[in-house]
Amino acid sequence: MNRVATIALHTFKEAVRDKVLYNLIVFALLMIGSAILFSSISVGIQQIIVVDLGLSSISVFGLIMAIFIGIGLVAKEIDRRTIYHVLSKPVRRFEFIIGKYLGLILTLLINTLIMTVGFYAALFYQTRRAGLEDFAPLGTIYFILLQLAIVVSLAVFFSTISTPILSAVFTFCVYVIGHFLSEMRWLGQTTGSGAVKGAAAALYYLLPNFSNFDFITQTAHGERISGILLVSNSLYALLYVTMAISAAILVFEEREFK
Amino acid sequence: MLAVETIGLTKDYSVGFWRKRPKRVLDGLGLRVERGEIFGLLGPNGAGKTTTLKILLRLIFPTSGTARILGKELHDVTTHERIGFLPENPSFYDYLTAEEFLDYAGGLFSLPSREGRRRAARLLEQVGLAESGNIPLRKFSKGMLQRLGLAQALINEPELVFLDEPMSGLDPLGRREVRDLILELKAKGTTVFFSTHILSDAEMLCDRVAILNRGRMQGCGELREMLAPGVASTEIVIESPDLVLLDQLKPCGAVVRTGARVCIQVPKESDVSAVLERVLASSAKIISVNSVKMSLEDYFLAQLAQGGTKEEEKARVAQATGGQQH
Repeated sequence: MNRVATIALHTFKEAVRDKVLYNLIVFALLMIGSAILFSSISVGIQQIIVVDLGLSSISVFGLIMAIFIGIGLVAKEIDRRTIYHVLSKPVRRFEFIIGKYLGLILTLLINTLIMTVGFYAALFYQTRRAGLEDFAPLGTIYFILLQLAIVVSLAVFFSTISTPILSAVFTFCVYVIGHFLSEMRWLGQTTGSGAVKGAAAALYYLLPNFSNFDFITQTAHGERISGILLVSNSLYALLYVTMAISAAILVFEEREFK
Repeated sequence: MLAVETIGLTKDYSVGFWRKRPKRVLDGLGLRVERGEIFGLLGPNGAGKTTTLKILLRLIFPTSGTARILGKELHDVTTHERIGFLPENPSFYDYLTAEEFLDYAGGLFSLPSREGRRRAARLLEQVGLAESGNIPLRKFSKGMLQRLGLAQALINEPELVFLDEPMSGLDPLGRREVRDLILELKAKGTTVFFSTHILSDAEMLCDRVAILNRGRMQGCGELREMLAPGVASTEIVIESPDLVLLDQLKPCGAVVRTGARVCIQVPKESDVSAVLERVLASSAKIISVNSVKMSLEDYFLAQLAQGGTKEEEKARVAQATGGQQH
């Protein structure tokens, strides 16, 4: 456990010193700030615009960070052979994967926290008040974090079997498809082909269903997240991350570093 | 108990894009490295040295054969607590400093942070990086990275250390320092297993060496025994010989002229007296007569010449593919 924590902290340290990360955070904060401008040219829906655009910015920039950091920090270790230093020490391969994953999650957590502070600053600037109802977007941000946790687990998995660029492409594709799984399943059911129907059903069950986590528009319109959805999404994300990380460990245990 | 033991260690890689076929890069390697010795694994590029080290460190897996490190099977990762490893051309994390990296390496050995920092400071001093501990590693030169690689390999005070081309990228002073460091380790009882293609390093440091070529062991033993067979040739230097004398000497060995002096390499000991008699009978002057002992380089080249013809290589590929290659 000590070694997992060491790897996680080192991963975090390495990630937060990457200038690309700071650029992304700055862009994210600019996007969140620009929500104030957009809301100023709207009538009656200023708060909706700030919440919608602000949360969307957190989601999009969080995704970019998750993919690039997730792919980079595992595949780069293999590519640049820094992994030799780690695996030649008394580190089990599963400890390396779990440590890397937790380090990446810690990085995303801090980044999301910074973006959340930016979001609330923009929201407070717009509304000029602070009330209990303003905590509602926190649930949506939690859902964004759950999505990012799944995305990072997929990025880690793909980077154990593929090159960094292909891993980024695969992860992004799964993220996009994961938002349209219900539509894809419906499409499969409407076709006459059994093979297409089977493939659509297989993908529906295999890929993560990200649309379950998408609560941004509802939050902007004042809808609250139910306790059941909160628990079910948390369990779903935990299950999916466990599966993806377990698969990554299985592949990694057999992987050779030539 | 042996420090390292390999029995029939074999590794095949798949090569080819469409039609995969196995290529044998290590062929039935059997090594026995005693504790406390400096053991050199020698061979030209592509001989299988790094492959051997990677198998021993569990970075790749053998196709067949077994190996034990400090008496334990390779899959037992707890052995890694007692070993150190310097990879060839080590690469590090750009955004960390040398101190932070050694702190990380110490953490992987579960060293208490105070102890880790103490060892890191001592090792940085030892490898000549005491002044560079706070500089990000992306600013390090190749030689500095090599020194840091050595430091991290020793952070756990290992009983056995594997060094893959430890002198690579170092200037003459650095090479000397590393040589001294290796001898210091031996004096402390640490077993050093290193690969190199720089024979002078091996000759100066190793108690025993194994020579690899195309994945096969060409020879293994104590240096003094391997090089004992004695005189490889006799070098006679003479001054101002006439052309007639030179013509007479040519059949006895290689004749190299440098200004007024001529050096004759006489390979057969029985020819030496005949050469000397002819020189004494002429007007030329004998400057020196030296016995040239077999160097590791001579032995190495002789071993390489003996093993591994192209036909043998083809036969081995055919064997690896089950006789399906044509």
